[in-house]
Amino acid sequence: MTFDPPDQESADLLELAQSVASNVRSGEQLEAFVARSSYTTVRAHGGEVESFTSAVSAGIGVRVVSDHRQGFAWAGTLEPDAIADALADARDNATFAEPDEWVGLAEPDGVAPVPFDAFDPSVATMEASRKIDLALELERMVRAGDPRITGVRVATFSDSSSRFAVATSTGIAGAGRGAWCSMSALALAEDGDETYTGGGSTVGFRPDDLDLAEAADDAVLRATRLFGAKPVPSQRVTIILEPRMAATIAGLLGSTLTGERVLKGRSPFGDRVGETIASPMLTLVDDPTDHRSYAADMFDGEGLACRRNQLVVDGVLQGFLYDSASGRRAGQPSTGSAVRGVSSTPSVGCQALAVAPGAGSFESLLADIDTGVYLQSMTGLHSGVNLVSGDISVGIEGLMVRNGQLAEPVREVTIASTLQRMLLDIVAIGDDIEWLPGGTGCPTIVIADLSLGGS
Amino acid sequence: MIEQSVLEEVLGVAMRTGGEFAEVFAEDRRNASAVLDDGRVEELTSGRDRGAGIRVVVGETTGFAHTADLSEAGLIAAAQAAAAAARGGGGGTNVVALHRGTASRGYDIETFPGDVPKARKVELLTRADEAARSVGDAISQVSVSYGDNRRRILVANSDGVFVEDDTVRTFFAVSCVATGDTGMQTGRESVGHTIGFELFDMYDIDQLARNAAERAITKLAARPAPSGQMPVVIGSGGGGVLFHEACGHGLEADLVSKGASVFRGRVGQQVASKGVTVVDDGTMAREWGNIAIDDEGNPAQRNVLIEDGILTDYMWDHLRARKEGRRSSGNGRRQSYQNLPMVRMTNTYLLAGEEDPESIIASTPKGVYVKHLGGGQVNTATGDFVFGMTEAYLIEDGKVTEPLREGNLIGNGPEVLQRIDALGNDFAMGPPGTCGKDGQGVPVGDGVPTLRVSSLTIGGTAA
Repeated sequence: MTFDPPDQESADLLELAQSVASNVRSGEQLEAFVARSSYTTVRAHGGEVESFTSAVSAGIGVRVVSDHRQGFAWAGTLEPDAIADALADARDNATFAEPDEWVGLAEPDGVAPVPFDAFDPSVATMEASRKIDLALELERMVRAGDPRITGVRVATFSDSSSRFAVATSTGIAGAGRGAWCSMSALALAEDGDETYTGGGSTVGFRPDDLDLAEAADDAVLRATRLFGAKPVPSQRVTIILEPRMAATIAGLLGSTLTGERVLKGRSPFGDRVGETIASPMLTLVDDPTDHRSYAADMFDGEGLACRRNQLVVDGVLQGFLYDSASGRRAGQPSTGSAVRGVSSTPSVGCQALAVAPGAGSFESLLADIDTGVYLQSMTGLHSGVNLVSGDISVGIEGLMVRNGQLAEPVREVTIASTLQRMLLDIVAIGDDIEWLPGGTGCPTIVIADLSLGGS
Repeated sequence: MIEQSVLEEVLGVAMRTGGEFAEVFAEDRRNASAVLDDGRVEELTSGRDRGAGIRVVVGETTGFAHTADLSEAGLIAAAQAAAAAARGGGGGTNVVALHRGTASRGYDIETFPGDVPKARKVELLTRADEAARSVGDAISQVSVSYGDNRRRILVANSDGVFVEDDTVRTFFAVSCVATGDTGMQTGRESVGHTIGFELFDMYDIDQLARNAAERAITKLAARPAPSGQMPVVIGSGGGGVLFHEACGHGLEADLVSKGASVFRGRVGQQVASKGVTVVDDGTMAREWGNIAIDDEGNPAQRNVLIEDGILTDYMWDHLRARKEGRRSSGNGRRQSYQNLPMVRMTNTYLLAGEEDPESIIASTPKGVYVKHLGGGQVNTATGDFVFGMTEAYLIEDGKVTEPLREGNLIGNGPEVLQRIDALGNDFAMGPPGTCGKDGQGVPVGDGVPTLRVSSLTIGGTAA
């Protein structure tokens, strides 16, 4: 299989990765993962540029497998002496691991990558003054959005252009590149002695994709609609999750469906393949070959072609995601699902989750809810979610739904259930799929019968 | 790391286009970790990151650039990039003369982890795995992780500050899964200090592993936590994150000055119950949040934030303090040389009271006893915060009874501080934490005595 890197810089990185991998010794497998990115961040506050950061960073991760033992080392630079040190450290580290018959690098599997190149050179060549103007403009738009907006904690413009290459002594050679720009604002609104914050953001593959008005409107709306919010009494409720909130729940589910968790007995769905684990309305795929996703890619972290993986179809669990080591152990091929950075070995992860759209707009789904809560934000996901037991408990802010309409604001309450129950309690999925900055595509989802903890 | 003459030259370049303040922050960090999972030592990892971040301040604007190239040419290129980013208008040469200062943390590292054979680190993993599995057949999975890092930093700035520090941290954690008729539950224990391999003289690793395993098994019998408001007793050492979230973040001067804190304008006011004294203390020897200097070259301090219920001061970094014409409180920290510093906590804790912890529980007819909290999160503008309970029990008739499943608790910082109605005499620091703010993580510590909040909302599923 031949592969042509998309540009000279990618070709240079691939050549570097291949030259490191060519140091392989007899009885050993060797992998080098190399990345380089340049980025800018402009933060605006009070009509001024608060900070302007511009930098290039690069690094390499070296993985050695010898006698079924794996060792790893990395360096935050591509200087030759640092690479040599990383290689020596990785070899030394391998001698202390215990042998595992399944460890080993990926090997070419004949799956051709789906061509994809959303790299727009205009991201890297954009004038600094335009980035500053955009950040200042977003701040102005938020401030002008409502008389109760008293400030913007920060308005940012960020861009990043990055390239990576991975090569192994087993014949893997892959490289990719990507460029993105994004903007976000956190608005502060005051009324009497109440202060609320609301965030808005916009992301694109090129500067022209950015929609400042949408980001500003969102930040203003979210900061201003919670005035007077207070806890409501504890009760059972239906919740309506707009795409960005629903994507969070899809991400939690996706995390439990990785081969590594399943094989090590940490997934509540480990023995449920072929069974109904969710409402028949739910279909979930992980598909980095869907070019609408901001996480679309040709190669995974081990250099295998990305592919479309069905996880849940009509509520029935189809299978799990694997990298090459976990796949070998499970007797399954890799699903091209290795995710990594330079400072870690690959692990199995979701890359571009998408929930299949159902029927009906957000408004029509809302109209069907008698009593419920529309969630504007969830907090405490890292402390209130246990993906082994499936317990979920988070703090929320939002608006009550009464007779199909958004009603009074609510805050300082929790909602709780288990992931297992929530999937079965899905009562509606909208047609309004939205592609979110993290790469997930998700429509509105309505889930019944959660516990609301309040006054 | 970098010669004084080179630093003076680089700072001169940074200031040449009209900079009012310039700084070089250089860092050389080595990390090592080892992980055992699924009964097998899976992997040892080592990493090295080295580079410098240079900032130039002009008016309200900070220009920042970083580089992995610590040569004079590399640093000058970064200084020029930072100066250009700050868009200074004026010209003229600025000569910077540095005065070398010292950083002292008042104790020595006994055994640098880098000098310890890897085999000894691996041995700790297998020992902990065996100890955890010996607790019972219900233990279905164990993961053990060891980590150490050595971070050398150098700060030099146009005010003449020139200081270096060398920090060593060592960490160990055990996570267990127990499986039973009710599904799976987890238990975790972790220890970490700003010390070397002597960490393992301080702790019994076998006991730590057994505690993690027992916690997971105990939770197999746990019932759903209640949902709604009730009194909550928090265990000694287990719940410092409560104060980190309830008031710590809201007392960071950058958030206060932007109007994003519910504690804005409240210095001198009664913000907590009498008897409540909250301190942020970077000097606390050996604790996870210990620093000799902050990442702006200021010596660590012990800062009293709330004294006997009265708000005494916020926490400050260089930029905020400079604006207010006061001194930094030594709270300017950053994740790495690739980040700008901002106001961050160090070790945040609540001083002990006088009550017997047993009597605090005995005088609570009905409520929840949270022995260990997990992480938390706060919206500083509203003061609403959540924190997770990783080990909790019901209190019935003044006695700790059944274990509860995991969940979050939610409260409002200013209200909760006023609702503290009992403080124990049994202060302890808790496990090591990582505090995240604007995408940067830094090591922090926390501590509390046993205490009671008269009402908090518990986010369980039981009616």
